[in-house]
Amino acid sequence: MYNKGTIIPGLIIFVLIVMSPVLYNGLKAGSVPKPEPPPGGEKQCVLPVSEMRDKHMQLLNEWRDEVLRDDERVTVVADGKQYRKGLQLACMQCHTNKEKFCDSCHEYASVKPYCWDCHLTPAQQKAALKKETH
Amino acid sequence: MKYAFSFLVVIVLIVVAGLGSQIQGMQYVFGVALPYLAILVFAGGFIYRVVQWAKSPVPFPIQTTCGQAASLDFIKQNKLECPNTTSEVVARMILEIVTFRSLFRNTKSEIHEGPQLTYESSKWLWVFSLMFHYSFLLIIIRHMRLFLDPAPFWMAWIEFGDGIFQVGAPNAYITDATILMAIVYLFGRRIINRHVKYISLINDFFPLVLIFGIACTGILMRYFLRTDVDILAIKRLAVGLVTFSPVIGVKIGAIFYIHLFLVSTLLIYFPFSKLMHMGGVFLSPTRNLKNNSRAVRHINPWNPDIKPHSYAGYEDEFREFMVDAGIPVEKELPVEKG
Repeated sequence: MYNKGTIIPGLIIFVLIVMSPVLYNGLKAGSVPKPEPPPGGEKQCVLPVSEMRDKHMQLLNEWRDEVLRDDERVTVVADGKQYRKGLQLACMQCHTNKEKFCDSCHEYASVKPYCWDCHLTPAQQKAALKKETH
Repeated sequence: MKYAFSFLVVIVLIVVAGLGSQIQGMQYVFGVALPYLAILVFAGGFIYRVVQWAKSPVPFPIQTTCGQAASLDFIKQNKLECPNTTSEVVARMILEIVTFRSLFRNTKSEIHEGPQLTYESSKWLWVFSLMFHYSFLLIIIRHMRLFLDPAPFWMAWIEFGDGIFQVGAPNAYITDATILMAIVYLFGRRIINRHVKYISLINDFFPLVLIFGIACTGILMRYFLRTDVDILAIKRLAVGLVTFSPVIGVKIGAIFYIHLFLVSTLLIYFPFSKLMHMGGVFLSPTRNLKNNSRAVRHINPWNPDIKPHSYAGYEDEFREFMVDAGIPVEKELPVEKG
């Protein structure tokens, strides 16, 4: 083999790049987060759990467009229960804890949705109300 | 028909993965066994190919010179186009690898009335190649969020930049659009341009179609066929794969297995294909050699080992025959006693 001085370091770099996920994780598969079920004990949502898990972002995006762009604020009825369209109006009514519900999975999957650029979490809402009344 | 056959092969691969992954227990074949095999073949094959290349001697500089070579003091050398020191070569190589300067020189030839042959600069290949390669690079880096736990902080910056238009949810990525556009161009070029079509082979079409299939299945999975695409289950599997403890907990949609199967195929195909230009670009003698053939002596490594043979030694060896044939010698034969 010729030019060992450059070929071998080059191949070592290649192997390190290929192995980088293995080296980064250090053979420890972290635990998969479990989002907290609603603290109020609600068992029902606008869609079945599996569909919510896979498609909630699309549903929220549709709601956002319908409400803000088309002014369609009609309520959603699922299994006889009425829901208002909205993250704060519907979702956060039951799933009150953003950190334990939304963030647990989003952080694991490294997803940073921009919902919270505008929306407030129930905790933030409470704090904001307190400030105003004082 | 070469391109039609490529499509046929990719469709067969999609059907195999789509149906196969639905058989009970086959999820581990498509989700665990094949990816492991693929990465082994990829890394092993890649190293094998590079070592094979490194075994070929390059006895003299065959650099492609595109400018004035180093010469007399008052003639200005073009250091980037005709490098003659290591640092100049490194600069040339970096620019070649990062900006594809040789594609920038691409020309289009046409025959007009006369007949007259004309050449003109054609930058489209360069533009779309850059677009293709950088989109692919960003897509690969982006996918690391599924393999690294916890994902490094800068991953969020890439995600943010790539999805900066904030179209839809999940955010549409810019690279998804650009890689598709670039593949369509690179493929269309091989069909529409007669000269390129003539020299295109199935091993030019197949990787393009395969990567097109990978991009399409990825886009479909992210934006359209989200049923049973649970990102937590997928990340659990991906992290499991790189920590050697893969688990397929819940049912994952067929589209995921199709995507993964096509990627595994690409990785297995990689070392045997023209895709090896990823490693080959570093080893191309026309780029990575110094143009110093007038300053340094390059010795052919396969020259036979010829020992010097002086005239005195020659005469020693053949003196008897020389004397017999009447050829004058410098040193006479020893006088025989007797």
